[in-house]
Amino acid sequence: MKIDWTNKLQHLLQVLAFALGIATIQYGFQPERPYAPPLVYSLLISFFAWSIIDLGREFMPSARETGWPRGWHGLALVIAGTVTGYLLGTWLADQMCRAYGWYAGYPRLDRDTELRSSILVTAIAGITVSFYFYARNKSAYLERKMTEAHRHANEARLKLLETQLEPHMLFNTLANLRALIGADPQQAQHMLDHMIAYLRATLNASRAATHPLQTEFDRLRDYLELMSIRMGPRMAFELKLPPELAQHPVPALLLQPLVENSIQHGLEPKVEGGRVVVSAQRDGHDLVLEVTDTGLGPSGNADLTPAKGAGFGIAHVRERLATLYGAAARVDCAARAEGGFRVTLRFPFQA
Amino acid sequence: MNSPQLAATALIAEDEPLLARALQAELVKAWPQLQIVGVVGDGVSAVAQSLALKPDVLFFDIRMPGKSGLDAAVELADEWPQDQPFPALVFVTAFDQYAVQAFETQAIDYVLKPVQHDRMCKTIAKVQETLARRPKTNANIDDATLGQLRNLLGAMQPPGPAQGALRLIQVSVGNSIRMIPIDEVVYFEAADKYVRVLTHDHEYLIRTPLKELLPQLDVQRFWQVHRGTVVRADAIDSVTRDESGKLQLALRGRKEKVLVSRLYAHLFKAM
Repeated sequence: MKIDWTNKLQHLLQVLAFALGIATIQYGFQPERPYAPPLVYSLLISFFAWSIIDLGREFMPSARETGWPRGWHGLALVIAGTVTGYLLGTWLADQMCRAYGWYAGYPRLDRDTELRSSILVTAIAGITVSFYFYARNKSAYLERKMTEAHRHANEARLKLLETQLEPHMLFNTLANLRALIGADPQQAQHMLDHMIAYLRATLNASRAATHPLQTEFDRLRDYLELMSIRMGPRMAFELKLPPELAQHPVPALLLQPLVENSIQHGLEPKVEGGRVVVSAQRDGHDLVLEVTDTGLGPSGNADLTPAKGAGFGIAHVRERLATLYGAAARVDCAARAEGGFRVTLRFPFQA
Repeated sequence: MNSPQLAATALIAEDEPLLARALQAELVKAWPQLQIVGVVGDGVSAVAQSLALKPDVLFFDIRMPGKSGLDAAVELADEWPQDQPFPALVFVTAFDQYAVQAFETQAIDYVLKPVQHDRMCKTIAKVQETLARRPKTNANIDDATLGQLRNLLGAMQPPGPAQGALRLIQVSVGNSIRMIPIDEVVYFEAADKYVRVLTHDHEYLIRTPLKELLPQLDVQRFWQVHRGTVVRADAIDSVTRDESGKLQLALRGRKEKVLVSRLYAHLFKAM
């Protein structure tokens, strides 16, 4: 366990400043009595309460994540700390008062009244200060969590972009374009248009949250056209979108990583190449999207682990659907008996 | 321009048809006397066609289906007949930082895609120089080429795991897992998608491909002697050259001999 002592010292100083305030208020109510005793009581009680609560929580396992013990642990710690702090502080302050004779010459107050008021003050102070630290802790924790989530999302987006704008893909495509410019300018222009659309969609992907299935399929067509020019007769593709589903909204570029997986890990490494089919259909209350290829399929071993690098794309899709639809969304990956890979996405149809 | 123009034959291995055609056109323009005897689209055909056609120059794409251009070249270095000179190798790649770094030694040339005319002329000049220097008889493949192929293979291999060398080989036998101490292994041999693990009295199959196993082995103790064979150095008894000039290892604890490929022959020299 590592305790941040600067942080703890800050807490102690804040607590002592609070104690000073309480003593001053008490003094304000009874200006005829000396200032020193309430100050000593207040400082000692808060010191002990602070050491038990603030240091004690470092030793409670449930406080490891948020900095504050969870549920009744937290409450118990505050009560235990305040009571013990009160008892220890009062005892020590009593000793000091007697030793230094601070109350000498003053009339003794009614013991009961004194006891009641000091317990009340301690309880209120203990709860207020603990709540103050609890709230500060919580907001710091939430802020930390949020930055973390942000960073995670940014990292995921960057990683996806990295796989999509992989230099090998880019330079090979450019090399094809260069070859086409001389041989078939019209085809070159056609390819360039798809390339521009692909780049624009990929680089913009983070901005639009959803778009119609028609747009999704158009973007897939851009990529698949590019790849089919590059791979020539080794590759064929088919996009099956029923017209009644064309306007159904989907998370933007949801299928892109899956189609890229099919090409990069399925068809490209296979000598004979193959075919990619992307389809959308409605199944009762669900929308079912499917990406199928006749490529290499799961690599090497017979279990269902997709080829290296392909896993990231699937995880990304799964995460996006889970955030949007929770348990209502499903992602299934399967090796096809006839070779190749199939990924099926299923999530609620929006009427 | 390139003078004197040398007549030679070449094979192109490139999986993208447009790029193969563009490379061919570029070569025709920059080296009219070069006869392109074949264009193939995958690594397996690249090896087969090279052996069948015996061209003087090979243009290999690095990323190809079936087998990478580099693996194809390594296989050719092994299979190439002793009495014929090894072709000049030129790798073609869109982007491969590892490869480009390893190319600095320059026994084998490389061209980046898209291939540009000026760069191509330089490469051609270099290839012609190599071909002109190449001895007409016996000497088959020079050490610089072999060394560079080895470097390239090394550069393409993923770095080994940080936690150090493997100590135990876990093999599934029936429904149990046998633990084989690494010191009992005499050699590993790639077999399809599997690796055969040979101890002095047993033989096991594991599913980890040799390429993934290799970085986990202690390179001081386990020597790769062939693209499909890794031998425990302590177990090597003697090295002999057979009639065809190939090196063979006799191993302690195994009766069969193990072949050493040309790429790794440098490991076995008398002190």
